[in-house]
Amino acid sequence: MSLIAAWGLTKQFGDFTAVNGIDFEVERGEVFGFLGPNGAGKSSTMRMIGCVSDPTGGALRILGMDPSREGTKIRSRLGVVPQQDNLDEELSVAENLYVYGRYFDLPRAALRPRIAELLEFVQLSERADDHVEPLSGGMKRRLTIARALISDPEVLLLDEPTTGLDPQARHVVWERLWTLKRQGVTQVLTTHYMDEAEQLCDRLVVMDRGKIVAEGSPRQLIERYSTREVVEVRTHGQVTVMAEALRRIGESAETQAREELYERVEELPDRVLLYTDHGERLVALLGEVEHESVLVRRSTLEDVFLHLTGRSLVD
Amino acid sequence: MARAAVVPSTRLAVEYWLLTYRRNWKGSILTSFLSPVLFLAAMGLGLGSLVDAEVGSGRDLGGLDYLDFLAPGLLAGNAMMLAVNESTYPVLGGFKWYRTYMAMAASPLRGRDILLGHFAYMAFRVTLASFVFLGVMAAFGSVSSPLAVLAPFCAALCGMAFATPTAAFVATRINADNFSTYTRFVIMPMFLFSGIFYPVSQLPIVLEQLAWLTPVWHGVRLCRALSTGSGVNWELAGHLAYLVALILAGTLVASRTFTKRLYE
Repeated sequence: MSLIAAWGLTKQFGDFTAVNGIDFEVERGEVFGFLGPNGAGKSSTMRMIGCVSDPTGGALRILGMDPSREGTKIRSRLGVVPQQDNLDEELSVAENLYVYGRYFDLPRAALRPRIAELLEFVQLSERADDHVEPLSGGMKRRLTIARALISDPEVLLLDEPTTGLDPQARHVVWERLWTLKRQGVTQVLTTHYMDEAEQLCDRLVVMDRGKIVAEGSPRQLIERYSTREVVEVRTHGQVTVMAEALRRIGESAETQAREELYERVEELPDRVLLYTDHGERLVALLGEVEHESVLVRRSTLEDVFLHLTGRSLVD
Repeated sequence: MARAAVVPSTRLAVEYWLLTYRRNWKGSILTSFLSPVLFLAAMGLGLGSLVDAEVGSGRDLGGLDYLDFLAPGLLAGNAMMLAVNESTYPVLGGFKWYRTYMAMAASPLRGRDILLGHFAYMAFRVTLASFVFLGVMAAFGSVSSPLAVLAPFCAALCGMAFATPTAAFVATRINADNFSTYTRFVIMPMFLFSGIFYPVSQLPIVLEQLAWLTPVWHGVRLCRALSTGSGVNWELAGHLAYLVALILAGTLVASRTFTKRLYE
């Protein structure tokens, strides 16, 4: 049985529909992601899973229970890392874990070793007695993760776990989340970073405007909705003019060759993307078209999102 | 791992507030001590010597020296001020700046635990400060009845009659824009016109009747009767009932506004 299951899950705020009838299931031990731009409905979904917001439609089961009736029981088995840190900056690092553990009614004697263990895990043992306020963003985020783990939860919910962190701090957080995954902790996360979704998620759904537009593993999604490679051609001049010239390359080639040459052309403000399985062959033909630079890369979830919605993930 | 079912309770939320209080209790006690010392010295002794010389211990002050008249009134007024402080910025902070309430809401704690936990802590703070106040009153020699030991509890009730509706209102606010207006034009007039510094019978009848409606007037009457030992009668039950009714109403409204803000 899946740990979390939703059918037609909907959340409306007045006339605005934040989440519009989505279905998904999360299995034990997997890392499941909601990928989408800001405003896609990810956080609203996360709040419903966290039992702090009642669905306005559809059905939701978490650990086999109904969140609108057994919210307290469910929450006692969840660990939540919110998008905005809500650590107590006046308390020490260890006290933050202590007080949160007490919300779960964990006995004081059991908390002491648990806190030491978790601080070790998030590499904050040396800062145990320091105030939270001067810690770096990455340290605070790690402390929030440790706090979410204090009750040994069955599911860890992470809303935008690395938003606002510098690249190095992100990697430390990712590395900790991988370790948790190896230990079998089920994780549900939201992100608008396609690299984060690719790095962490076993399976994910792509959300746009309150709906799920695709579902699968990162690899499956890329195979299904994109080509093996992408040729990015940049220009100083007008993108539409260059895109037209690039399309003519295809047309001047023989019909059969053209079909193999590329599948789609996408225009972005400063560049044109050619979706192809033959990047190098395509590049060899570019000489005739005036351009600034060219790059061949693998397809990513960003390309999947662009294909599905016609927009970029990060505006 | 076998785990016992978590039984959420208000007590667990109170623990958080007490832990934060442990960080700054010294400063808080010092303030609770200095404030009555300054007020009682300046107004009770300074101004009081003039009042006593002019008015004598006449019937207007119920036969009391000005200091003895003023001190229990200030006890109630002080509780009101502290309770209003505790129920404005810390409450908005719980939703917005520190997000303490949001952190609690993600745990097994229920909305009512979050709300009542904070209210219980506010009541504790105000009671403690009121006992310090009573100690200062005793040092100034203006406590004349053993019943005075009950006065801090009445002051705390008076405080909570303000804290609960104030918190209910604050939970609907996006920012702190209206807070100083509220303190200056709602709370301050009550401090000045509700029988702390002079009997409300000195006011025009309209204002006097208005004063009867304010929680602080009822708190002042209670504290004054208990600290002086005069006027201890059934009237006090009415004052108590009025304050308790306000606290219940304030808590009821607050539980609605808190729930809306926490779980929207």
